[in-house]
Amino acid sequence: MVSPNTPETPGGVAAPSAPPRAIHDVVIRLAGNSQDGIQSVGGFLARLAGRSDQDVMTYMTIPSTISGGPSIFQVRMGTGDILSSGDRADMLVAFYQHSYDAHIGSLRPGGVLLYDSDHVKPVEGDNRFTQVAVPITSGTVEAVGGAGKDKGKNIYILGLLARVFDLDVAKLAALIKERFGGKNEDVVRNAMLAFDAGHAWPQNNLRDLFYRFEAIDLATQTSGRPQVTMDGNQALAYGLLAAGVRHGAGYPITPWSSIMETLRTELPKYGGLFVQCEDEIAAISTAIGFSYTGHLAITGSSGPGLSLKMEALGWATMAEMPLIVVNVQRGGPSTGMPTNVEQSDLMQAIYGSHGDTPRVVLSPKNVEDCFYIALEACRIARTYSTPVLILTDMALASRIEAFDEPDFPKLMVDPKADLSDRGADFKPYPLDAITRHAPPGSKIGSGKYPTVTGLEHDELGHPTGSSKLHTQMTAKRRDKIKHLGASLPSPELSGDSAGEVLLVTWGSTWGPGLEALKRINSAGVKAGHLHLRHLHPLPNGLEATFQRYPKIVVAEINDEGLYGYGQLAMLLRARYANPAIVSVCKTDGLTFKVSEIVAGVAQHIASAELDASLGIARPSALAKS
Amino acid sequence: MSTALATPPPPAPAGAPLTKKILTADHPTWCPGCGDFAVLASFYRVLEKLQYPHEKIVTFAGIGCSSRFPYFVNTHGGHYIHGRALPFAAGISLGNEDLHVFVFGGDGDGFSIGGNHLVHTARKNVNLTYVIMDNSVYGLTKKQTSPTSPIGFKTKTDPTGAIDQPINPMRTLLNTGATFVARSHATQVNHMVEMMTRAAKHPGFSVVEILSECVEFYAGAFDSSIPRKGGTWSLIQEKKNDGTPEDADRHDVTDEVAAFKLAGQAWPGSFGVFYESNARKTKNVLEAELVTKARERTKNASDLQLLQSTFSKMR
Ligand SMILES: Cc1ncc(C[n+]2csc(CCOP(=O)(O)OP(=O)(O)O)c2C)c(N)n1
Ligand code: SF4
Ligand SMILES: [Mg+2]
Repeated sequence: MVSPNTPETPGGVAAPSAPPRAIHDVVIRLAGNSQDGIQSVGGFLARLAGRSDQDVMTYMTIPSTISGGPSIFQVRMGTGDILSSGDRADMLVAFYQHSYDAHIGSLRPGGVLLYDSDHVKPVEGDNRFTQVAVPITSGTVEAVGGAGKDKGKNIYILGLLARVFDLDVAKLAALIKERFGGKNEDVVRNAMLAFDAGHAWPQNNLRDLFYRFEAIDLATQTSGRPQVTMDGNQALAYGLLAAGVRHGAGYPITPWSSIMETLRTELPKYGGLFVQCEDEIAAISTAIGFSYTGHLAITGSSGPGLSLKMEALGWATMAEMPLIVVNVQRGGPSTGMPTNVEQSDLMQAIYGSHGDTPRVVLSPKNVEDCFYIALEACRIARTYSTPVLILTDMALASRIEAFDEPDFPKLMVDPKADLSDRGADFKPYPLDAITRHAPPGSKIGSGKYPTVTGLEHDELGHPTGSSKLHTQMTAKRRDKIKHLGASLPSPELSGDSAGEVLLVTWGSTWGPGLEALKRINSAGVKAGHLHLRHLHPLPNGLEATFQRYPKIVVAEINDEGLYGYGQLAMLLRARYANPAIVSVCKTDGLTFKVSEIVAGVAQHIASAELDASLGIARPSALAKS
Repeated sequence: MSTALATPPPPAPAGAPLTKKILTADHPTWCPGCGDFAVLASFYRVLEKLQYPHEKIVTFAGIGCSSRFPYFVNTHGGHYIHGRALPFAAGISLGNEDLHVFVFGGDGDGFSIGGNHLVHTARKNVNLTYVIMDNSVYGLTKKQTSPTSPIGFKTKTDPTGAIDQPINPMRTLLNTGATFVARSHATQVNHMVEMMTRAAKHPGFSVVEILSECVEFYAGAFDSSIPRKGGTWSLIQEKKNDGTPEDADRHDVTDEVAAFKLAGQAWPGSFGVFYESNARKTKNVLEAELVTKARERTKNASDLQLLQSTFSKMR
């Protein structure tokens, strides 16, 4: 990460006319209260970055209290791939004393502190940072005037940031007008007044704080489609719409709710519907009911809600009904940490029902992938007539990223149910073929209508107590998922294709994992990074990949458990019986910092180079000679 | 269901008329003498009367002796999990407007584990018909106390007799907001046929509770309403609006208060339609209206256009 101001010149005063310095990317943390509209400043910056073909990633914490309370929004924007929201901030904007107190520690030495001089008294003479006092509150009140009081502080700061980072003012103004355009004209006018005031804040007060993002290498922008900016829950919901899903059912819970809210609002436009049910059991039941009528349906939840769905999910496996189940993971167990992130539902996703219930479990790696994984999940559910679980998480659900608009004409899936007549030989559960249900409404040539059932059954759906049939049908349900596994492409491998260590990640840990790899490589260690989107069934070829590294470190946000391994590591050890597989786990409810992964890898491989790069001193016997 | 339209007449079903023979599937696994046989026989007659297109009938159930029903009816159908057949059936009904959806189940399935689903499917007025075969005991699991077991009834879970207050099914059903509530008895085939037929024709959530004896674990449970066993069969006389003085005493099925009064009668109470109202729209209609309005607002844009325009706003 290139810093917006170099540590050697903290507080250095330059002539206001100094040319802006080129930077690769910047991490800005805005800290205030939730009612200050911090989120919307972050949103504006994220969307501006999207419109400027810059990469962007955001990170926010929303207080779990209903309104008010401290809130932050962190945005990292810049040129080229932005993989994580940044370990530490380059700039902190502190609206209140409590914001300053709580977040000054997240500002890297040499970083810039912008604080509201009407509310904040920073530690005097703290020359670790460049401190810039800005009368945010009085400046806003002065600019907007009237009864609005300090409303608009967020837009004032946006104007100031636009000045500091040489952002495209015309585009920002357009975004502000779009955002507030639906309200009365005064709102837009006041917002622009605040924006202009922030932007025009006497620039010599800003000393040398002028930056410009490096030019974009247009050769890497190949899609030719504009960028869109949204959070992971939106991307997932729209991916489902593109995939032809028109029916769903759910029950509210953080952080899943916004998916159901989006679908409830959007689906009627597409001729579909989303039902808010009395609980998660009813929701999954209604969704399977939809699927039974030939319309692949979605249900979803977080934490506790998934536990409630498990019996019905087992039925869907047994009755071989296609279904999409989304789990926006949060901290567990029980009500746990509703607004924190965790990857602790993997085992539940794969094994969390009674009986042998082979299932498909996928996990998106970033916000864009939430869109594409929805398409893939739907294709698998339809092809294999099976439930598919999508494991996303709180981090993906709430952060905003920019990505290329999908190529919709190529992607759209026809939502029509197949109610065509079925032949006289129709069987709901053929032993020699994958189940293709005949939805009610379709005529059956034999005149014998099928029963879908959770009891063990014969090929026609009649209940059976036959041991032979139970063995055969269990194999039928298992083999189709194995067939899927055999068809899956090899997962993404980055870095060295052989070396000292292979770092393995899943879900939203992809970005920090890839960035960690770059640091490990640049410390002189030969290493690779493997990311798994298909968690069950596992794709082919992993065994051979694992053979090429003496250490395989799996980084995941869950507990190391009784035996010292995280959930994916446990699974991989069981599957490949490879003792080289070890874990880096954590349970602080936060996404991985790049440095945490690097340090975790260093613990396992005892590389002198890596240790040196981290400043770790070890007894030399442990270091590799 | 198809009755809302006065004109044109319903299209004649294609192919051979539905007969009991066509509708018969697996031979029932119930104990000989189980009341559920008569419910099944009555249901065949209902379908014979209604002559819905064969492929558009769905028979669904949860878990219990009574819930094995769908295996014995040759229609599209399914056997789901204990207590959750109603939300599943809501998905069927809302997923395809052309279907005729029937759900069967027991007192435990409906009033205990599925009690909350009953309330919510009813209040939403999802268009389907629900038949509760109440034997006041858990049959499949071999004689445990059910939510309708009377106090004092000895079961394996209450060896000295049930001590918890049973629910009053009619009051419970009326309270849910169901728009058609009726009660029948497995010894009265014609009455069951009439109640289930009316329920099927009712647009919205219709429920019929049928007292159906478990000869194995609760023999004689409903003798007090069987005349040949010395009981009294008390039929609800529905208002005919014929202006006669007798009519004043007859039951107005649209009168909720009167229905609650009937529900409060001493055991064994009355049989027939307690409540019937077409005043509330079904969820099926309400959801369709949302679609119509949304489609108007978006000027019938194609799915592709909709997604593209949404994304263009996120640039
Ligand atoms: C989740 C769950 N809990 C318990 C059971 C066991 N079980 C099956 S049927 C039943 C009760 C059946 O009673 P009722 O619904 O009245 O039906 P009946 O057999 O009397 O017709 C129970 C407790 C089950 N199948 N699933
Ligand atoms: S146990 Fe009772 S309810 Fe079950 S089949 Fe036998 S008689 Fe009928
Ligand atoms: Mg019972």
